Amino acid sequence: MLPEKTAVKSLSGLGGWGRFPVTDVEAVRPEKARDLSPVGGQCIPRGLGRAYGDAAVLTGGTVVMTERLNRFLEFDPQTGVLRAEAGVSLRDVLRYLVPQGWFLPVTPGTKNCTLGGCFAADVHGKNHHRDGTFSRHVYGIELVLANGERVRCGPDDRPDLFWATAGGMGLTGIVSELTLQLTPVESAYMMVRHTRSPDLDRTFELLTDPKYDARYTVAWIDCLAKGPRLGRGVFMAGEHAKKSEVSLRNDPLVLPEKRVKPFPFDLPGWALNPLTVKTFNRVYDAFQGRKGEFVCDYDKYFYPLDGIEGWNRMYGKRGFVQYQYVLPTAGAFEGTRTILEELSAAGRASFLAVLKRFGPQGPGMLSFPTEGLTLALDIPMADGLMNFLERMDQTVSKHGGRLYLAKDSRMKPDVFRAGYPRIDEFCAVRSAVDPGGRFDSDLARRIGLCR
Amino acid sequence: MEGPVLVLGATSGIARETALALAEKGASLFLAGRDLDELERVACDIKIRTNVRVETGRFDADDCSTHLAFFQDSSSVMGGFSGVVYAVGALGDQIRSQTDWQEAHAVLHRNYVAAVSVLHVVAAAFEKAESGWIVAISSVAGDRGRMSNYVYGSAKGGLTVFLQGLRARLQKSGVHVLTVKPGPVDTAMTFGMDKLPLLAQPKVIGRAIVRALENGKDVAYLPGPWRAVMFVLRSVPESVFKKTKL
Ligand SMILES: Cc1cc2nc3c(=O)[nH]c(=O)nc-3n(C[C@H](O)[C@H](O)[C@H](O)COP(=O)(O)OP(=O)(O)OC[C@H]3O[C@@H](n4cnc5c(N)ncnc54)[C@H](O)[C@@H]3O)c2cc1C
Repeated sequence: MLPEKTAVKSLSGLGGWGRFPVTDVEAVRPEKARDLSPVGGQCIPRGLGRAYGDAAVLTGGTVVMTERLNRFLEFDPQTGVLRAEAGVSLRDVLRYLVPQGWFLPVTPGTKNCTLGGCFAADVHGKNHHRDGTFSRHVYGIELVLANGERVRCGPDDRPDLFWATAGGMGLTGIVSELTLQLTPVESAYMMVRHTRSPDLDRTFELLTDPKYDARYTVAWIDCLAKGPRLGRGVFMAGEHAKKSEVSLRNDPLVLPEKRVKPFPFDLPGWALNPLTVKTFNRVYDAFQGRKGEFVCDYDKYFYPLDGIEGWNRMYGKRGFVQYQYVLPTAGAFEGTRTILEELSAAGRASFLAVLKRFGPQGPGMLSFPTEGLTLALDIPMADGLMNFLERMDQTVSKHGGRLYLAKDSRMKPDVFRAGYPRIDEFCAVRSAVDPGGRFDSDLARRIGLCR
Repeated sequence: MEGPVLVLGATSGIARETALALAEKGASLFLAGRDLDELERVACDIKIRTNVRVETGRFDADDCSTHLAFFQDSSSVMGGFSGVVYAVGALGDQIRSQTDWQEAHAVLHRNYVAAVSVLHVVAAAFEKAESGWIVAISSVAGDRGRMSNYVYGSAKGGLTVFLQGLRARLQKSGVHVLTVKPGPVDTAMTFGMDKLPLLAQPKVIGRAIVRALENGKDVAYLPGPWRAVMFVLRSVPESVFKKTKL
């Protein structure tokens, strides 16, 4: 009687946050925990679709949307240990638990993504050099396997499965729940210090010299600066502000409600060109660099782009490409210099280029971060861009580096193979839990992951 | 709105968001429904987000003989209720309902008969206490019969008329009755249906319900534009309307 059906919806033109590439898929969106299971012939889990490329889509397959399974299940306000469904967004964790004195242990530059998506991409934040990746703060997960079975695993319990799933981009199963250690904070505010850097040497120094270190560090780089000014930018260091450092009449843990302004339309493709970006960079540099030391709320510090809903439309209908590499310490400085030279010489406009130092590599088999330097770029789609990026790939591979799967939309299999030495280990775990290859994605197919 | 609130059919998307919005205002909750596992998850979630007391219990809308005992038990757990949200409902399958009486009956029962049964139990208690409020989720589908979903629509239409009468009866006891008429909402019920007009998010509807309650509204079309749309639809003469394919 009145059986509840699992509705399937056809979605056309689904992609990632970069809106390139897009494809047609079938989608399901369970609202009951027990309905979360692999469906269709082949499928791939999806959180809030903030991976830039084709990680959470599967041409001809089914996308399992997890966003409605977003319940907090257990929380101890004394220890900050949270058990929650994988579809809980970082936005909700912050909104409801910061007022109780707890913050995310690691956060990417957007809060519009899910705990499951953060585990699957094993995301890093500005504190990677101190606190490692997201998975390092996870005690255990529940995973729905290809045969529908639910298993638990953690760093000490089926560690192979756990470390294949951390950074495994949804290809070992669907994470249904995770237990995570939050980090205590006294306020919802950040103590931030901005330092201007005139050139690359100084930028490197600011990022690596313990004298300038803080829990959160990152450097913004002006990619169009050339010659002696190559690599100039602003170094930004932050700490969670103590209660005594914020002078407020109301509760320091509670932020006033804000309104998100939607980005109103697709900008035409020509709107972002070297000239407009150059102007933006000048203004940004002057503005940010002169700020010195100041207090701001965590939204402004961690999620400046979330204030404008749908900001990806700024890049127009053709979308944009994110490019993020990491180079191991040995060749990191030299390699980064070469890449910045190539970028500025080509005049490829990148709005935000962010340089960051990573700490040691974690145990995730396909986790991206490794000790060294990482650079993240947004590049608007344009003719000739693909060839240009392939030349950059060669430079990255030459210096023993790799590209970030959650941001990639175009790398070739050989570049992937060269960057990720633990592929075989990952594929062994994957074929043990999913011998029929039910979980798959356009990303996995494109980079020839387990072939 | 502080007092304990009973939510019937609490695992639906709209009910969950309404319950959360009430909890954010400080109301303690008793969440009731058939799916105890899901109820427990929703309850934990709201407790962690808001630190209010949340209890759960089994409520079977289909079995009216249990409604009185259910209401007495849950009331004694919470020490009485100051408000009730009726969010039980099922869309059913119109085509199947046309030939399968079981299907049609189930739709009528879930959306209408069960509401009459349990809300009369609630009404008696609130009338005696001379206070309380009732919110029931009806639908714009109950405003006019359409060939594509008139079984569901007629049950919701019945519910709407029932609530009108109940409101008139209870107003002299100081009990407030709010009829909510949502248009299509983006939930499991509608997922996969093509081209639904003005599809609303459950979170938006939940918040709007609480606002309508605070403002003492009798009837709330949600989102608001549905009031005008339904006004127009209701004014089309039957001789014309019956020829549409709606
Ligand atoms: C503005 C912006 C800034 C960003 N900054 C950073 C940053 O600083 N550092 C960083 O590391 N990343 C960053 N990212 C990338 C982003 O954090 C990751 O792509 C993250 O995975 C997105 O989560 P999601 O919920 O949107 O997942 P989706 O994009 O939907 O999916 C990402 C991957 O996770 C898998 N997945 C999702 N849910 C599950 C699940 N329940 N079980 C198993 N697999 C699942 C998918 O299959 C897919 O492979 C940024 C992205 C944006 C848009």
